[in-house]
Amino acid sequence: MARRSKRNVAIVATGQTDHRSKRPDVNIVEMINEAVRRCLADAHMTMDQIDAIVIGNMEHFEGIFFTEMWSVDGAGSLLKHGMKITTGGTTGSSLAQAGYYHVASGLFDTVMTIGWEKQSEGETTAGLIFQADPLWERATMSGAIGSFAGSATAYMHKYGITEEQAAKVAVKNRKNAMNNPHAHLKMDLTVEQVLSSKMLAYPIKILDMCPTSDGACAMIFASEQKAKKICTDPAWVIAAVTRHDQPFGGDLEMVMNLRTLRSAAEEAYRIAGIHEPFRDFDVAELYEPCTFAELSWYQAMGFCGPGEEGKLMDSGATQMGGELPVNPSGGVLSTNCIGATAMIRVAEAAIQVMGKGGKRQVPGVNRAIATGFGGSWWSDVMILSKTI
Amino acid sequence: MADRVGIVGIYQTKYEPRKVFDSYPELVFEACSRVLGETGLTIEDMDNIVTNSQDFWDGRTISNRTVSEACGSVLRSESKVAMDGSFAVFYAAMRILSGCYDSCLLVSHCKMSEGNPHLINHAMFDPLYQRILGFDELSTCALQARRYLGKYKVTEEQCARVSVKNLRNGKLNPHVHRAMEVNVDLVMRSAKLADPIKELDAYPVTDGACAMILATEEKAKEWCPNPVWLSGMASRLDSFYLGDRDLAETASLTLAAKKAYQMAGVSNPAKEIDLVELSEFYSYQELLWLEGMGFCRRGEAGKMLDKGITELEGEIPVNPSGGILSGVPVTVAGAVRVAEAALQLMGKAGKRQVEGPRRALAQGHCGPCGQGQCVIILERGV
Repeated sequence: MARRSKRNVAIVATGQTDHRSKRPDVNIVEMINEAVRRCLADAHMTMDQIDAIVIGNMEHFEGIFFTEMWSVDGAGSLLKHGMKITTGGTTGSSLAQAGYYHVASGLFDTVMTIGWEKQSEGETTAGLIFQADPLWERATMSGAIGSFAGSATAYMHKYGITEEQAAKVAVKNRKNAMNNPHAHLKMDLTVEQVLSSKMLAYPIKILDMCPTSDGACAMIFASEQKAKKICTDPAWVIAAVTRHDQPFGGDLEMVMNLRTLRSAAEEAYRIAGIHEPFRDFDVAELYEPCTFAELSWYQAMGFCGPGEEGKLMDSGATQMGGELPVNPSGGVLSTNCIGATAMIRVAEAAIQVMGKGGKRQVPGVNRAIATGFGGSWWSDVMILSKTI
Repeated sequence: MADRVGIVGIYQTKYEPRKVFDSYPELVFEACSRVLGETGLTIEDMDNIVTNSQDFWDGRTISNRTVSEACGSVLRSESKVAMDGSFAVFYAAMRILSGCYDSCLLVSHCKMSEGNPHLINHAMFDPLYQRILGFDELSTCALQARRYLGKYKVTEEQCARVSVKNLRNGKLNPHVHRAMEVNVDLVMRSAKLADPIKELDAYPVTDGACAMILATEEKAKEWCPNPVWLSGMASRLDSFYLGDRDLAETASLTLAAKKAYQMAGVSNPAKEIDLVELSEFYSYQELLWLEGMGFCRRGEAGKMLDKGITELEGEIPVNPSGGILSGVPVTVAGAVRVAEAALQLMGKAGKRQVEGPRRALAQGHCGPCGQGQCVIILERGV
């Protein structure tokens, strides 16, 4: 059972690259540096005011070992405390939680977390297939799309979810992305366009899936004393919870009935004193690798009852201007630089709490929730608040 | 540090050159179930797990994905530190100090025998500027050894004496596999790998896992009659490109040690630290790291060794466990340094037990030529 930290910790600044499918203009270390500089500028700080760096990516995607060592010049970690944490898709949120623990431990006052991926310099699906057991699983492992296709089919059948309802997620998130200067895919789509887009593996069409992106995200976590000096409206970390699992190839239903997310959300709500998540949060940034996933996460997180998520989508409650806007940033469907993806959820939730969202700002955000998804159906949940 | 974190349980598998009958999850399961069992705890008592492994060594993307069931992280909190094991211990302690958790199960694993060490270590170098030179860990450490030996007039024989001492100490440690009685001449005449590093100056290919249980002061006292306290912890990263550093100097290690000493209230390490477990993947590193951590002046660690100060019965025993040269896997190495230091302080080190140590230092490193360094100070329970 986790508790809230003894020491108060806040997110005081964020920095992101402008995510693209390819960034041939920069190398990886330069790309990381772009996010770091933007983050420092957001905080009006210099690198010598940062005590420690926590960094991560998926090493097999670019084929470089000890990336935390290689990237020292870009990350600014020279002669500082540096740590690398990697957990697959949840890498970004694992890093954010590590940033929280670093400051909460009392050993550091200002910690920068950095998540990044330059997918154009590697082959992600090959990298993903390497996660499967070489004897039992690898022969049938088909990367992300195949796993989601099987589970989305089971999910539609079990809960009566339609392809149209899923398509609405793609329309909503890519439209939201038009308000986000950092987002990769900014598109004004119709449900019809999503439904008639190229079929990848039934029922997943190309516009139902997240893209592959190049990009980096950095954040600064600070102790209470420092946070109040750095930022007028810091985003206080109220809860951070992780849940892991180990399903095997045939456990299709697990993906869309994500017990790790259900369990992580319940624990986070207990720590934060949340009783009615749909009402108690003002905004949510969810790690939705495909459209169907966002719908099923609504259910797993208790935003609605089982099978009601299609109707919740139809009602418009999760649109900008709705009761609980979900993914005002455009979500993972708009940007997916894997090691950064889950950190971007936390960063975007913090941006909303700090009131720095510009055109994507939801008015009057007091409490926000962010999730990470990855590994083998692992979940991270973080709850941020305007008040300690 | 206001709050204290204690180590209450330790389990090491046997380290062997090729554990053909144990998969990664089996090694992790052995280590985790045994450390819990021997400490009288169950997985229900653990509210947080830190794993430690490398995707490149495992040949698996998301290497901790394979061990979720084995380490008991199904529907529990777990995270993976993808560095040397000493950094994983640091992170586990930090999670407890945060106040969010009372306990942490830490497990580190590596099966070097399943990969090609040359290719894996080659992948840590810059793909455009360095890989073309054929760099790997061995060749770059040979460069570092040459620079250190040349700058400070350290001899190859002094390095060989590190191997003689550690391989002999290893004979008292039931976990390691390359312990042996050798003399300087034998080390000097062993096969040359990359000048000046010879086969008996270098660590062998090894498989294994190590687990430990860390807890808050309150839980540690409840669970263990003589917990070991982590009183100082620090890490630092140096420059990545070898040309940006003087390889005979140890900026990151010296800073990390200084910070750890400050936390632990140590002003003169040679007088106030009773025992050192450090990461000598190559024999020269034991000398270089001792100097870098301020146990003696630059170039004088060889003399400490010559005087017998670092022997098992000496004033400051260094690697009474036999060190990494006696056969401990990479990655696991740093966790084992902490584990061995803790066993000494608990008085549970068996035949390799040093007499009555009160304070010990454990050191780990990763990256090219000791770029990233981590220093942990441990104290006997009071």
